[in-house]
Amino acid sequence: MPLTLTLLGDFVMKKVVLFAVFLMLCSSAAMADTLQLLTWKGYAPKELVDKFEKETGIKVEATFSNNEEMIAKLRATRGAGFDLVQPSQDRISSVQKEFKIYQPIDYKKIDVGQIVPSMLEAVKKNTLVEGKSYAVPFCWGTSGLVVNGAQVKGATSWKALIDPQYKGRISYRLKRPALIGLGFALGFDPFALYADEKGYAAMLAKIEEELIKAKPLVKNYWANGDQLLESVRAGEVTVAEAWDNGAWKLHDGNKDIDFVAPVEGALGWIDTFAIPAKAKNLDAAYKWINFIMKPENSAVFTNAEKTATAAKGAGKFIDPAFQANFDRSYPQTVIDKIKWYPPVPAKLEALEGKVLDKIKAAN
Amino acid sequence: MEADLIVTCLNKEFGSFRAVEEVSFSVAKGEFFSILGPSGCGKTTLLRMIAGFEEPSSGDLLIGGRSMRGITPDKRPVNLVFQHLALFPMMNVAENIAFGLKRRRVAAAEIRRRTDEVLERVELPGFGDKRIHQLSGGQKQRVAIARCLVLDPSVLLLDEPLGALDLKLRQQMKVELKKLQAKVGTTFIYITHDQSEALVMSDRVAVMNRGRFEQIGSPQQLYNDPTTPFVAGFVGDSNLWTGVVVEKDGEAVKVLTDEGFVFHCRQRGGSGRSRVTLFLRPEAMIIEPIDRAGLNIFQVTVKSILFDGANSRLLTATAAGHELLVALPQNRAFDHIAPATEITLGWHPKTGIAFELLDQP
Amino acid sequence: MKRSGMFWIFITPVLLWLVLLIFLPHLDLLLLSFRGDASWTLDNYRNFFTEPIYWLTFVRTALYSIITTLLTLILALPVALYVTKIAKPGLRGFLMVLLMLPFWVSELVRIYGWMILLRESGVLNYFLQSLGLTNQPVEMLYNDATMIMGLVYTSMLFMVIPLVSVMDSLDNSLIEAACDLGASKICIWRTIIIPHCKPGIVSGSIVVFMLVLGNYLTPNLMGGKNSLWFTEQIYNQFIASFNWNQGAAFGFLLLVLSSAIIWLGLKLTGQRLGELSS
Repeated sequence: MPLTLTLLGDFVMKKVVLFAVFLMLCSSAAMADTLQLLTWKGYAPKELVDKFEKETGIKVEATFSNNEEMIAKLRATRGAGFDLVQPSQDRISSVQKEFKIYQPIDYKKIDVGQIVPSMLEAVKKNTLVEGKSYAVPFCWGTSGLVVNGAQVKGATSWKALIDPQYKGRISYRLKRPALIGLGFALGFDPFALYADEKGYAAMLAKIEEELIKAKPLVKNYWANGDQLLESVRAGEVTVAEAWDNGAWKLHDGNKDIDFVAPVEGALGWIDTFAIPAKAKNLDAAYKWINFIMKPENSAVFTNAEKTATAAKGAGKFIDPAFQANFDRSYPQTVIDKIKWYPPVPAKLEALEGKVLDKIKAAN
Repeated sequence: MEADLIVTCLNKEFGSFRAVEEVSFSVAKGEFFSILGPSGCGKTTLLRMIAGFEEPSSGDLLIGGRSMRGITPDKRPVNLVFQHLALFPMMNVAENIAFGLKRRRVAAAEIRRRTDEVLERVELPGFGDKRIHQLSGGQKQRVAIARCLVLDPSVLLLDEPLGALDLKLRQQMKVELKKLQAKVGTTFIYITHDQSEALVMSDRVAVMNRGRFEQIGSPQQLYNDPTTPFVAGFVGDSNLWTGVVVEKDGEAVKVLTDEGFVFHCRQRGGSGRSRVTLFLRPEAMIIEPIDRAGLNIFQVTVKSILFDGANSRLLTATAAGHELLVALPQNRAFDHIAPATEITLGWHPKTGIAFELLDQP
Repeated sequence: MKRSGMFWIFITPVLLWLVLLIFLPHLDLLLLSFRGDASWTLDNYRNFFTEPIYWLTFVRTALYSIITTLLTLILALPVALYVTKIAKPGLRGFLMVLLMLPFWVSELVRIYGWMILLRESGVLNYFLQSLGLTNQPVEMLYNDATMIMGLVYTSMLFMVIPLVSVMDSLDNSLIEAACDLGASKICIWRTIIIPHCKPGIVSGSIVVFMLVLGNYLTPNLMGGKNSLWFTEQIYNQFIASFNWNQGAAFGFLLLVLSSAIIWLGLKLTGQRLGELSS
């Protein structure tokens, strides 16, 4: 009965396919000078890829993914198959401790003068494992709320996600940011509790209770960004947990819709560059980092994706419309309040996974 | 005699094609009635209208005095034995036979009794537990008939059920079927393109051609007294001449054939000096007749002897090269005949029938 | 038995495929499923039975898969009958193309199609409102009924095709004979068509059951917030929780339990798998 054999589905096949892809990559890398980039959608704009090839003769082959899948892919190949990956800074150190999928960054090869120093220092500190750091900052943003001001008044806290007055119009991604945001809203300090597994579990239990209680209020749990943006644009969802850049995209079409940084503080993330343990083309990886962090190049990315860059001096190349969005959403007081994700201890993600499953399964 | 089935002016059209045209007949209770015709003549369509699988375009049909227009096959007191029998392979013999009884909600004990009884009647006692694929062709045949008979239908329809059998078995089943029908007394309507099946088994036969009934009659009538050239040609073998009527006195005519013979024979319909086709059975010709009075006499040359036991024939040719089949009785009187011998043939004017030649040759 | 060289030439790719792509990865997963943090353990399997959320999700997934399979079967039987017995030959080819048409696009696209149709601001609601049938838009997505409908839609073809092929071999005269012997329409279905189609029904049902059980996108996107599917839990274990050991154990439980359900189904309906090939 070969049918049942296909059941394990994705994962077995993924491993196999990855292995096959890896074999092909090895051979193709030998033929042409190619950079295998594993990143988020939008992080390698075609304009920059073409420009990079023209300048250096190196081709960029980008694979789009997210934090969890990046880790799973590298874990499956023990850090092979890609030359450069772009995980968030808080997801690097614990993964590195456990699976050893990255290699330390040689900061001498980085043009550090192009990077905002405070951000570089923070990332270095957060990705420090056994005396070595593993990442270079690329861009940053926050998770907060996207609110349709025409229908919703006074949604300024993460608590809006469990507020009965928005019944049937609430959406969030059933992933960590919603849990952390609500943790702050319920008076915990989740980041402080990272070190205290028991305390963290107690907080998760409380959040789980609240989210299950408020589940009837939820329209749906969004799974991809475009799906959420469509729902908000259509007016089916009026308050949702979202990334700032998504909210700004909507604001361009409808001025009622805007990003709201919750009073508890928006959740700040920094996406980075990290180099897999078995990267083949180290030279190309460093060249790409130095290339894309040039002010004029990083501005191309920022203008296209509406995401703030970690590059220094990009300001004069930035689209005024983006600058307006940024200035409106991030006055200094808001920036000061941003809660930057510290590195996540590995154990906590399993705890969170179970809580998320329970919330999704609850009726 | 009481009529079980009365068909009046039945028509069936498929688009512009008329499959059945103005067919009327009645079948008496207990009669074995055959519909004989070449394939494509509309006989299957007619049968399917009687069974209820096709709705007539116009006309009426009554079974047991009740009109069947608008009554679905499952509600009609007729059953059909299909060409390929259509036994249910997923059931055993007993379940096949019990199928109809179960639909009538007959009690289980009664079903068992009647199943055994009908198996006895078709001479398959104890076959109830057999699977269909374990049966021989002839046994399947009988199960298919038993499956219908157990329901005591007013009329049993049979759609060339012997077609799939080999020749030997077909000969044997012809006799068995006739005996079975005599035993159970059910009205049978049997369609076939095989004239021998129709002639051997039937009380009456209807010959069908191009959607119409050409003639209805007993097998003897059809054979000896066909009323249309089609029947004369289709039923049994015939030798043919074309010619012109030169004298006519009621039915008796004198025909001048195209090769110059003058024959006395009968004519069906027609008038005056018309062109005719003359039909003559091979066995109507007497070889070297002793008493030649009143016979049509002519000479032929034997080309070959077609020996087939009781059915042996001579292939002969007239001086003009016209080939004729002549029955050769196996009574040792003609042992001397060999190919290339010249012989004299004679036939009685009553046995030859001329039909006016219409448009077709 | 003595085998010729040709035999090995032909069988080697199949064996290689089986061993390299099916057997080895599964063996790897099997070993993984018995690993704990540092040692061999049965905990990953024990977790499934002791943590209600896991086995309840499985039960829910299995029940919905069975319901979907039955619904698909009930819908596919008349469709297959129409295609094989009633439609004219020319129309028949056209109908088969129509059936396959949705499968020319990816499952994701198909599901987004449904979502565009059914969402609160979707096409169907627009027509309902402009026809004055509702004042308020109705949310037709994100409930179990919609999810099952989506699953049935996705599975239809895999049921219709085996049914069409078995019904093709059903002699029309069997149906007519049953009718002639006094059987009603329902009775003909029950006594003639369904028994004849059994092999197709069994293979179609197994395929559909497995496809639905292993589906990920449809429950997730159309079922919405209440639709935790067992495959999603496997995914979560691998990807979100980094717990490959637990994920592998779930994978094997899915394999074993779904095989058990199929075995039970065959047993209850008196079928044997070997008969399917006939």
